[in-house]
Amino acid sequence: MLRRLHPDQPESFAFTPANLEWAKGQIAKFPEGRQASAIIPLLWRAQEQEGWLSRPAIEYVADMLGMAHIRALEVATFYFMFQLAPVGSVAHVQVCGTTTCMICGAEDLVAVCKERISPRPHQVSACGRFSWEEVECLGACANAPMVQIGKDYYEDLTAENFGAILDAFARGEVPVPGPQNGRFASEPLMGLTSLREFDSGQTRYNESAQRAVDYGDTITRITEPSIRKTPARAAARRAAKAGAKPDPAPAPAPATAGPARLEAPRGGKADDLKQIRGVGPKLERLLNEMGYYHLDQIAAWSAEERAFIDENVEGFRGRASRDDWVGQARKLTGA
Amino acid sequence: MLKDQDRIFTNLYGMHERSLAGARRRGQWDGTAALIGKGRDWIVNEVKASGLRGRGGAGFPTGLKWSFMPRESDGRPAYLVVNADESEPGTCKDREIMRHDPHTLIEGCLIAGFAMGAHAGYIYIRGEYIREREALQAAIDEAYEAGLLGRDAAGSGWDFELYLTHGAGAYICGEETALLESLEGRKGMPRMKPPFPAGSGLYGCPTTVNNVESIAVVPTILRRGAEGCAGVRRPNNAGTKVFAISGHVNNPCVVEEEMSIPLRELIDRHCGGVRGGWDNLKAVIPGGASVPLLPASQCSDAIMDFDWLREKRSGLGTAAVIVMDQSTDVIKAIWRRSAFYKHESCGQCTPCREGTGWMMRVMDRLVRGEAEIEEIDMLLAVTKQVEGHTICALGDAAAWPIQGLIRHFRDEIEDRIRGRQSYGVAAQ
Repeated sequence: MLRRLHPDQPESFAFTPANLEWAKGQIAKFPEGRQASAIIPLLWRAQEQEGWLSRPAIEYVADMLGMAHIRALEVATFYFMFQLAPVGSVAHVQVCGTTTCMICGAEDLVAVCKERISPRPHQVSACGRFSWEEVECLGACANAPMVQIGKDYYEDLTAENFGAILDAFARGEVPVPGPQNGRFASEPLMGLTSLREFDSGQTRYNESAQRAVDYGDTITRITEPSIRKTPARAAARRAAKAGAKPDPAPAPAPATAGPARLEAPRGGKADDLKQIRGVGPKLERLLNEMGYYHLDQIAAWSAEERAFIDENVEGFRGRASRDDWVGQARKLTGA
Repeated sequence: MLKDQDRIFTNLYGMHERSLAGARRRGQWDGTAALIGKGRDWIVNEVKASGLRGRGGAGFPTGLKWSFMPRESDGRPAYLVVNADESEPGTCKDREIMRHDPHTLIEGCLIAGFAMGAHAGYIYIRGEYIREREALQAAIDEAYEAGLLGRDAAGSGWDFELYLTHGAGAYICGEETALLESLEGRKGMPRMKPPFPAGSGLYGCPTTVNNVESIAVVPTILRRGAEGCAGVRRPNNAGTKVFAISGHVNNPCVVEEEMSIPLRELIDRHCGGVRGGWDNLKAVIPGGASVPLLPASQCSDAIMDFDWLREKRSGLGTAAVIVMDQSTDVIKAIWRRSAFYKHESCGQCTPCREGTGWMMRVMDRLVRGEAEIEEIDMLLAVTKQVEGHTICALGDAAAWPIQGLIRHFRDEIEDRIRGRQSYGVAAQ
């Protein structure tokens, strides 16, 4: 199936610091030199941050993993969960339309979407807040028909209660996910036919719905540091426990290491580092954040110092050497 | 009927405590170190003796698969990969295991990893299962904190690291070599076999890929002993199986039952019968979207196991039973599956990439009756051209449902075409 990038792309993309840390944890799951394995989780996090997957995001992730851009583009266009065009700002509704859901009434749900959101799939509604598509089997067939909205499954739907769910989202509420017909999970609706001896009825919701209620992040984009225990920390702890196997990503360098830094630009005015070929607005910002504001700072780097920068400008490994920043800076400053 | 204490997944619906403590109270993580202490050969032989056949669809004996792993490492590490990319239409069993009974899977990973000489395991869960991924990750973290994973896992002396990663909505990644490609960060396009994953799998190292349920049942099988593992109704089809029954039954559900349970008993006992009564049944897809359907005439004495269904030219697959009553447009139901395969073909092999599109377009016209009678045989010929001519089984899986439809419902297709033609003549 042909999938293309959207014609209107944003200028740039960068992970938030929290997501960047999370991403390093993902990379640490894989053996040294196999960091490309983390591409799907990283692209997914980029989509969760931005709402959809833009070209700068794909290239950012590719750079971070040391992959050719085309390899990351292949992955982004191959997997259908990656939205290559903007979706509704509040929610993107994914209606399961495969056989079981179809014979249980998914076509009615699609009709609701066409009427309430937009006539065509992947078309953002007039208000800009919703979009929808029909997807292939979502793996909740005993609870058909169902839709996925954000992180959650709304199951056992009818055209009526699905309409009510869309209304609630439009009002800014997030209805409790899970079965909508009074069931707990995937047990028979009319009562348990097995595991009766174990019935204790301890929890209010099944695991999926409980998490949705506890975190309340069904349609929240991941842009803030999470209060939840991140897999990154778990992975780091695990690696420490296991005698670092596979090797965790190198720890972020302390702010004191590397070539001499400045607290702030001299005289309050930084040089335009973009004069260096290969340095764009994003790299300039990164360099500024590290404490490099002036061309003469870069011109003064020694070979070891340049190697440090090669290693530590996240997402741009090796660029300082490849584009000979030091040589260019020396020319520009006339040093 | 299977008694509750003989069931393996005692928290399938998640109504009980889902934490590690709750899992321990239900008998999981009990004497894991002692089981591992009995040695690699004992475990593999016990799994072989239990007759466990892979629960992911193909039904390959699990113990035999493990025994293909090299005995001595040639310097390369070995990997266990768990296929949790549950996306076969109709199938929703692994989801319940991972979100509600995750410790069966985690303990199974440790034991299976030891049995195949792997110090690292990867669970590849489908991308849409976001809450299930969170639940499983939480359970893995819990296991690490309790010392059940990591260095000297569960006090067994075996080091085992377990990582959870995920896909992003590609059905083909349920095929084991496509899954490995995806896990290496590429498009999920199946690899040629041989070499088989046991020789050269993940990162070119010896790898075994198993379904979630196959792994999750292992600890219980070992604890109960190969012999004591549930009543065997028919030889070569041992153990219990998690069935997912969906479609036109009164109470669709996921339930663990004995292998070889009669279809009618399964539906009547757990699902409150077919909607509108047994006589209202039209057809059943017994094993997920990739197997041919059974017409109602064969359903009354149908037995849900690998061999009976194979004899009837269908299959147990993932034991995902899709029930269709008389109100169903069965041609349209199969057309929807053709649309699914067209959408999900990875595009690597020409017969599948092009054939799935052809088949869908002809099916589309058959639904509306806008076809000639001869086209039915032409469609059948196309399915034969696709079947067996592709790297992986997706081509076969796209062909079989259509073959089953033509085999059992040819009259209905012809009637629709004739009805349309005579209507057209009358209108003129």
